[in-house]
Amino acid sequence: MTSFSLIRILDRGAIVFLVLLAVFAVAIPALNLLTPAGSSFHVPTYFVSLFGKYVCYALLALSIDLIWGYAGILSLGHGAFFALGGYAMGMYLMRQIGTRGVYANPILPDFMVFLNWPELPVYWYGFNHFVYAALMVVLVPGLLAFVFGWFAFRSRVTGVYLSIITQAMTFALMLGFFRNNFGFGGNNGLTDFKDILGFNVQAETTRNALFFCSCVALLLGFLVCRALVTSKYGKVLVAVRDAESRTRFLGYRVESYKLFVFTLSACMAGIAGALYVPQVGIINPGEFAPGNSIEAVIWVAVGGRGTLTGAVLGAFVVNYAKTYFTSGFLAPYWLFVLGGLFIAVTLLLPRGIVGTINHWRASRSEARSAAEIPAAMPQAAE
Amino acid sequence: MSSLLRRIVAALVIVIALAGASQRASADAFDDALQGFLADSFSDTADAIEAVAASGHPRSTIVLEALQGGQLVYSAETKKVFIKDKAGALHDAITGAAVAPPPADADNVRLNNRLRGMLGGVLGGLTLMSPDPVRRLEAAQSVFKSRDAAALPALEKALAAEQNADVKQALLEARAALVIGSGDAAAEDRIAAIEVIRVRGGQDALSILGGVPPDAPDAVRKTAASAINSVQQSLAVWNAVQNTWYGLSLGSVLLLAAIGLAITFGVMGVINMAHGEMVMLGAYVTFAVQQLIRTYSPGLFDYSLLIALPLAFLFAGAVGVLIERSIIRFLYGRPLETLLATWGLSLIIQQAVRTAFGPTNREVGNPSWMSGAFELGQMTITYNRLWIIVFTAIVFVALLAMLRFTRLGLEMRAVTQNRAMAAAMGIRTARIDALTFGLGSGIAGIAGVALSQIDNVSPNLGQGYIIDSFLVVVFGGVGNLWGTLVGALTLGIANKFLEPFAGAVLGKIAILVLIILFIQKRPRGMFALKGRAVEA
Repeated sequence: MTSFSLIRILDRGAIVFLVLLAVFAVAIPALNLLTPAGSSFHVPTYFVSLFGKYVCYALLALSIDLIWGYAGILSLGHGAFFALGGYAMGMYLMRQIGTRGVYANPILPDFMVFLNWPELPVYWYGFNHFVYAALMVVLVPGLLAFVFGWFAFRSRVTGVYLSIITQAMTFALMLGFFRNNFGFGGNNGLTDFKDILGFNVQAETTRNALFFCSCVALLLGFLVCRALVTSKYGKVLVAVRDAESRTRFLGYRVESYKLFVFTLSACMAGIAGALYVPQVGIINPGEFAPGNSIEAVIWVAVGGRGTLTGAVLGAFVVNYAKTYFTSGFLAPYWLFVLGGLFIAVTLLLPRGIVGTINHWRASRSEARSAAEIPAAMPQAAE
Repeated sequence: MSSLLRRIVAALVIVIALAGASQRASADAFDDALQGFLADSFSDTADAIEAVAASGHPRSTIVLEALQGGQLVYSAETKKVFIKDKAGALHDAITGAAVAPPPADADNVRLNNRLRGMLGGVLGGLTLMSPDPVRRLEAAQSVFKSRDAAALPALEKALAAEQNADVKQALLEARAALVIGSGDAAAEDRIAAIEVIRVRGGQDALSILGGVPPDAPDAVRKTAASAINSVQQSLAVWNAVQNTWYGLSLGSVLLLAAIGLAITFGVMGVINMAHGEMVMLGAYVTFAVQQLIRTYSPGLFDYSLLIALPLAFLFAGAVGVLIERSIIRFLYGRPLETLLATWGLSLIIQQAVRTAFGPTNREVGNPSWMSGAFELGQMTITYNRLWIIVFTAIVFVALLAMLRFTRLGLEMRAVTQNRAMAAAMGIRTARIDALTFGLGSGIAGIAGVALSQIDNVSPNLGQGYIIDSFLVVVFGGVGNLWGTLVGALTLGIANKFLEPFAGAVLGKIAILVLIILFIQKRPRGMFALKGRAVEA
């Protein structure tokens, strides 16, 4: 579609981000595996999984920033795509348990034996192959997003209307997945995983490998997003965000642009979910809760929408704060903090952390190219 | 739970009062009859059972039921008979008074199978002849349900003596149920009985009519088949009526919750995610008012909701104005940010209420005029649902009138249609925004008062309604309040009609999918604003 040039993609901020991410991806497993347990440089395995979780959240935030920051689509249902990817991976992991389950059934997962299901439902076929499962991780969220977006964008559902029906979508999925006869483990979800690709999920090395894979996925996702938003296609997206009708009158098929980026974003969210599940060891319908999706949006808002690096930073900062607050005596105050964060960021820091820094630097240095300023100053969608 | 308890207490009071009033009349015969239990021989006990039944004493049923349950105790020494309650304490059989030191030789009156059978028949006949019409009605209904052919003679006897029309009808139906199944009755009698059951209708009628034995005469079986058809038809109609009623009830609840949302969204283009929390605050105001009334003047309890209504409106409205002035006015023109900020606000309010009142459900009582139910045809209508529908209608009409006839309403409509033009005409749009937000929140508050009567009052109360309310607004459009009305009632009724086919959860999912499809056809809802405002 456009000429692909590394120089265009990698501005200074992007290079700094990539270097930091690469160091993080290598340093954490190294400090975990290569240092003795007593050493002051040692990173406990618990932290490896925790950081791995954050990296998955960062990928989810990145996917939201792509559509919200650049196309003005505020999805309040992105948690659904994340959870669908997670379920696809969870189904693969369930099939890997084999005869080691409580009921030792070689084919049926435990919950199906428990519910007296005679045989594996058709939609569980193939999930014993990793490649098939990996394909589904991308295809299922992508297909749902495509169908949903095709309906929504074609009839020009925009702004808060779109936000609300995406929220309704994830709510409907949550209700569905809570049902036992849906065949995804009801409210217990899928858990008690043993192996992934023949390696023990609980093992230290596997956890480090998963962490590394998540970092690689985040890195690739970042590069794809950068390539997209710095291309001509990305410029049109920004135009759609800032003046949808005008862009349409200029002759662009706005709905196709939105549909493509929405579907791509859903696929990224699905991958994030798939990497998340083996690291936390469970996937249940609670992941579909509308609150989760909105929380993910606030990560992007904190970091700065329309900056990509900000989304990643926001996911890390907010989730670290969440871990810090909810693990101690401060737990009852976490919701006050989170709620306050929503209000404070929208009122006082509308550009987010990275956006504010960019804006500050841009206004200081006249030499900065004018092209970056719109990206740093997102306007509300109409 | 509490209404059940109240009913039981009321029933006890009636029984005791009746017992007191007519005790003396048959007291002697009853006393003598009881002496028969002292001998502890089966034949004497049999005589005593008949004598007790014949005495017509109001406590005779109680005594015989105690005997049947193995709770009748005699003491040959004191020549008295007692009833043992569940706790093991003894009560005098004649007066019901507690007997403090139980006699040393107290022993159960023994029964054999012959006596048990006899007791069943006597008791059935006795309750059918009970002086209390409520008991008679219950007895007739239990015979109708059990379809015990042995009760037929007692039924005939009771039918002949019955004066009360309701009880007589129940007795007739009970007899019809017995006659249909019995091979001894004449074909004409059975056909007449089928007619009685057909008129009665209901699910029970179907099983009775379906129970016509295959060896019955052709005419009987044919009549039964056609009766089944007609009962099924009437059942289907009543089912539809019942579903519509439930749907109306659900729809009115949705309307109450959504109407404030529709106003703020219509006027300001702002989606207030904390709207559900305003509903929750209204419910907690009701709880607080009831607590105060319980503590200081319990006599006012029946008026608690009327007191809570204005308070909830003012409280939630004040919170709404506060939110608008402190947060939302800085976010105009950025609807998506407003959505996030109000979501954050909803988290804070929920957690604040959780901290103040605890995370568990709080009990909000129903005033007496809202509890209970009445029967209409074959469906039960509870008073609280009925009142909520009435209340919703009043709120809706009042709001409609306010928008139509007051200056504030006029200005609100002007701002909805064209904010810039309204401002140019001298309307202070900022003031309108604040008042609109206050009004929307206030209505949410009184919705909370109504919902406290049918839902659990907990910090999560608002969460359960917020998505449904959004869907009502999205479905109905923001052009005018009729859109919200139609949207809410359509969603409510559709939900209730889908439930029997698909189950509650799948029904809800189907509704969501249908709305998403509906949005394709009309992206701005059913009653959308036309003209320039749309693309503003």
